[in-house]
Amino acid sequence: MSTPTIDRAVDERTYASYARPLLWRLVATREFAVFALLAIVYVYARGSIVGFDGPLTIYFLFLESAPIMLLALPMTLIIITGEIDLSVASTMALTGAMLGIAYTKWDLPFLAAVGVAIVVGLLCGLVNGFLVAYLKLPSLAVTVGTLALFRGLAEGFLGTESISGFPERWTDLLKDRIGGDSSYPLFVIPLAVLAIAFGVLLHFTTFGRGVYEIGLNDEAARFTGVDIARTKLILFMLAGGVAALAGIYQSLYTVARGDSAVNLELQVIAAVLLGGVSIFGGRGSLPGVLAGVLLIAVINSAMRLDGVRGEVTEIVIGCLLVASVIAPTLLTWISGLVPGRVPRPAAPPSVGTTPEPPASGGSSLKS
Amino acid sequence: MKIKKRRLSALAVLALTASVALTACGSDDGGDDGDDGGSGGGGGGGSSSITMIPKSLGNPYFEASTAGSQRAAEEFGGQVDEVGPTGDAGPDSQVPFIQTATQQGVGALVVSANDPTALCDSIEQAQDVDIKVVTFDSDTECRDLFVSQADAQGIATKQIELIADQIGGAGDIAILSAAANATNQNEWIGLMEEDLEANYPDINLVDTVYGDDDDQKSFDETAALLRANPDLKGIVSPTTVGIAAAARYLSTSEFKGKVALTGLGAPSQMKTFIDDGTVTAFALWNPDDLGYLAAFAADALVKGDISGEEGDTFTAGDLGDYTVGADGVVVLGDPYVFDSSNIDEFDF
Amino acid sequence: MSTLEKTPSAGPGSAPRRGPDLAKVTGDLLRSRELAVLVVLLLLVVVATVKSDGFLSGDSWRDLLLTPSILLLLAAGQMLVIITRNVDLSVGSTLGITAYAAGDLMSSGSSPWVAALGAVALGALLGAVNGVIIAFGRVPALVITLGTMLAFRGILLHWAGSDRVNAGEMDPGFLDLGTAQVLTIPVLTIISLVVVVAVGYYLRTSRGGRELYAIGSDPDAAALFGLPIRRRVLGAFIASGALAGLAGVFWATRYGGVSSNAGEGIELQAVAAAVIGGVAIFGGSGSVWGAAIGAFLLVTIDRVLPILGVPDFYQQAVVGALIIGAIVLDRVLASRAERRLAVEREVAP
Repeated sequence: MSTPTIDRAVDERTYASYARPLLWRLVATREFAVFALLAIVYVYARGSIVGFDGPLTIYFLFLESAPIMLLALPMTLIIITGEIDLSVASTMALTGAMLGIAYTKWDLPFLAAVGVAIVVGLLCGLVNGFLVAYLKLPSLAVTVGTLALFRGLAEGFLGTESISGFPERWTDLLKDRIGGDSSYPLFVIPLAVLAIAFGVLLHFTTFGRGVYEIGLNDEAARFTGVDIARTKLILFMLAGGVAALAGIYQSLYTVARGDSAVNLELQVIAAVLLGGVSIFGGRGSLPGVLAGVLLIAVINSAMRLDGVRGEVTEIVIGCLLVASVIAPTLLTWISGLVPGRVPRPAAPPSVGTTPEPPASGGSSLKS
Repeated sequence: MKIKKRRLSALAVLALTASVALTACGSDDGGDDGDDGGSGGGGGGGSSSITMIPKSLGNPYFEASTAGSQRAAEEFGGQVDEVGPTGDAGPDSQVPFIQTATQQGVGALVVSANDPTALCDSIEQAQDVDIKVVTFDSDTECRDLFVSQADAQGIATKQIELIADQIGGAGDIAILSAAANATNQNEWIGLMEEDLEANYPDINLVDTVYGDDDDQKSFDETAALLRANPDLKGIVSPTTVGIAAAARYLSTSEFKGKVALTGLGAPSQMKTFIDDGTVTAFALWNPDDLGYLAAFAADALVKGDISGEEGDTFTAGDLGDYTVGADGVVVLGDPYVFDSSNIDEFDF
Repeated sequence: MSTLEKTPSAGPGSAPRRGPDLAKVTGDLLRSRELAVLVVLLLLVVVATVKSDGFLSGDSWRDLLLTPSILLLLAAGQMLVIITRNVDLSVGSTLGITAYAAGDLMSSGSSPWVAALGAVALGALLGAVNGVIIAFGRVPALVITLGTMLAFRGILLHWAGSDRVNAGEMDPGFLDLGTAQVLTIPVLTIISLVVVVAVGYYLRTSRGGRELYAIGSDPDAAALFGLPIRRRVLGAFIASGALAGLAGVFWATRYGGVSSNAGEGIELQAVAAAVIGGVAIFGGSGSVWGAAIGAFLLVTIDRVLPILGVPDFYQQAVVGALIIGAIVLDRVLASRAERRLAVEREVAP
């Protein structure tokens, strides 16, 4: 028999309850936990890992995690609506390939080639968005399909080639630092602008409220006038467009190749979920996600510096992901074991008495 | 109640994740590597700290080359640490390891590059902080020195010579390569094509397939190759993973003994197939020697004995003296042919 | 018990439990997704045979049947999990660990039987880890198995290091099994088919099997009905893990060598096989036959494309297009059926 305890823990919302003092409302959130963990790991690494306090650490940290950070922005919104996009890394490879082909084979000027790549990215998003939003197909299945499709096209177009030799002005621009010698690369500025734009879109606009509503209860969202299909289509196209930016970045920083960024989508999703977004939709925030991305990046960087082999990092991140998801449930369960602590109905679960709509647990699973 | 629950949940997340992360960070025994890395930087010092970055960890070939470089380090009194991507070998997978070595300020990097150009930005950043970069096995455009296993021409010629000999100088052959982007593979394949055209008019190269240095893919590609080309006489696989997978397929198929197989293989993996007659002869250099030479070259660069200019000479332990050739290339020697007469003498 | 027959499910699953009459079965078959995929599969084989003479003879015939055997097992396991509205992304890593375990046991002198049983048991254990977390924690399978996929692979890499199990270290009799044939049909394929039939029989006739469909079809209704949801979901994950373990054994015997990257990425193929075969990604409908045919189709496409002159590099793209085609087709058919039902309801209230 499933207990109501656990059902509720999963469905719980993070609308801050204003019955508590402000400080508590800030501290007792999932996002705070991620920020705190990030701070702890960072301080620990600075203190005890040789080389971590060097001037290059932050610089490389951003260079390396830029694609994940970019992709995590639209992914956050998509997961909040209860959908998922597994095809972002393949879109990245495909747009990178198109950038290379447009620049070297079609001899377009570099900026025109960038335009081609972005258009291709938007088209990829359009394909996903149309299938998910208008044909109402499950996004998991659709994007597993386009994951293979876009990757196959990228590998098909490029074959054995890897394209480099983009204009130095642009590749150098990537490596430049703010103010010439600070430890922040120059592209952190556009990255931050984009992150703020997504943050405003999600947290301060009607569109963003609609995103949450769809994830919480799409029926209710429709009744309040949210255009669900249009919202989803826009989100998937944003994902495609941003994936194109990530693809351009990757091509400039390394090369355009059919097999670049393989499996990156899993890292992006891991970072988003670690940042406190619920895979069931309806819950999560952009600052939390950014902290999640940085947390994974810092752990990676610190452990590598410490000479820890890659697979150990993989185990740690895997466990972290699992732990972050089950921790709330586990804790509620444990506190439920303490007699008299938390009174709750003893009756077996009954949909009628659950305050949430019946299929809330599976609300992400609607087709 | 709800509030309390939520607060506790958040704290639990914190506690759980923190404990996982911290124990993992603290527990591993790799801590001392960092210390060594930090102290040995710069040039001219008594000992060199070298970071070895193979294409991927867990490959017996690179296992041997790392062992060789560590043997060398003991002789010249330096330190070699091996790091690198596990599993997938995408073009960008080596970048983070180069960056980490840059942060640590090691003396030299010894890299087998997964892509000719993808690593250049990060390699240049390493060179900016005075780290010497030596490539071995597979080259990039921006290193100080390339330690080549044998010159590409010699490798290509040797393999074509072997296959031509085994199929009697005429018929269809195919190539089973590693990743489609592998620098060295594509260079050899190009040279093999030229050699075939110039010297073996009766041999047809009908197909080139890519096994990605993955057992299963190479195995399946071999099967597909034999099906798609029923008249195939021979297969050349210039990669250790590929030739072993192809040999394993052939040894259980009706083509055993009918389709010749040669290429570059590791004796320990190929012994079974030499013994059962699937393969008669194949070639390779000694990867242990290759790593040994690369480490000595890196050490010579760090100590300032050579600068990577053509004509520079240095001594590589018991391998003797080497001279830097054109374009900063040092060549190990000619590939070595293994067959039933000598295979028992090697164990890498 | 009798009400279980009414659990909403589509495809052959909706047939009565006992004594399905022949006409109904044939009717089901003609409309079924399984048949459509089978036709595509046969067409591919026919085209390939026309294009290349030797396609159905000798080794080629053997490989045509043999190569899908590993994916068959994974697809059957994946299907069990998917019909309960979950997904298991960790099967590729489980396969890697169990294959290495089997090889490692044999190279340290164990008999092939011990090695095979050990691998299956280890697979079941790893499946149980997933199942316990997901069923008792009531947390999303996608996230958990994504995490365990990374963790299991990491554990394997840590355990195996740069070691790999070579053909020479394994029992020769065990390796021969990889290519052994009975009446030209490879033994591994026969075992896989037996497993698929057993799973299909269980799903169709047993109480547990029907309950899996019921849980995936409507979890809340299943809970209200008093079905042992946790036990069934846990069971499905254990089965998926055990089948991945068996697939690991197959991997060791088929490829005769195991390195730490064995089975990387195969989880998506297993999901794809199930989806192409008509298993609804959100549970409650689909059959193991469909998943099995989907697995055959995926592997066969890989072999046939080069014969048809499509470059190697486009294979993934074709697979992707196929997955999307399959689900779009499903949607079109479903909405048509819905409209028809609506019309019927209007006409005869």
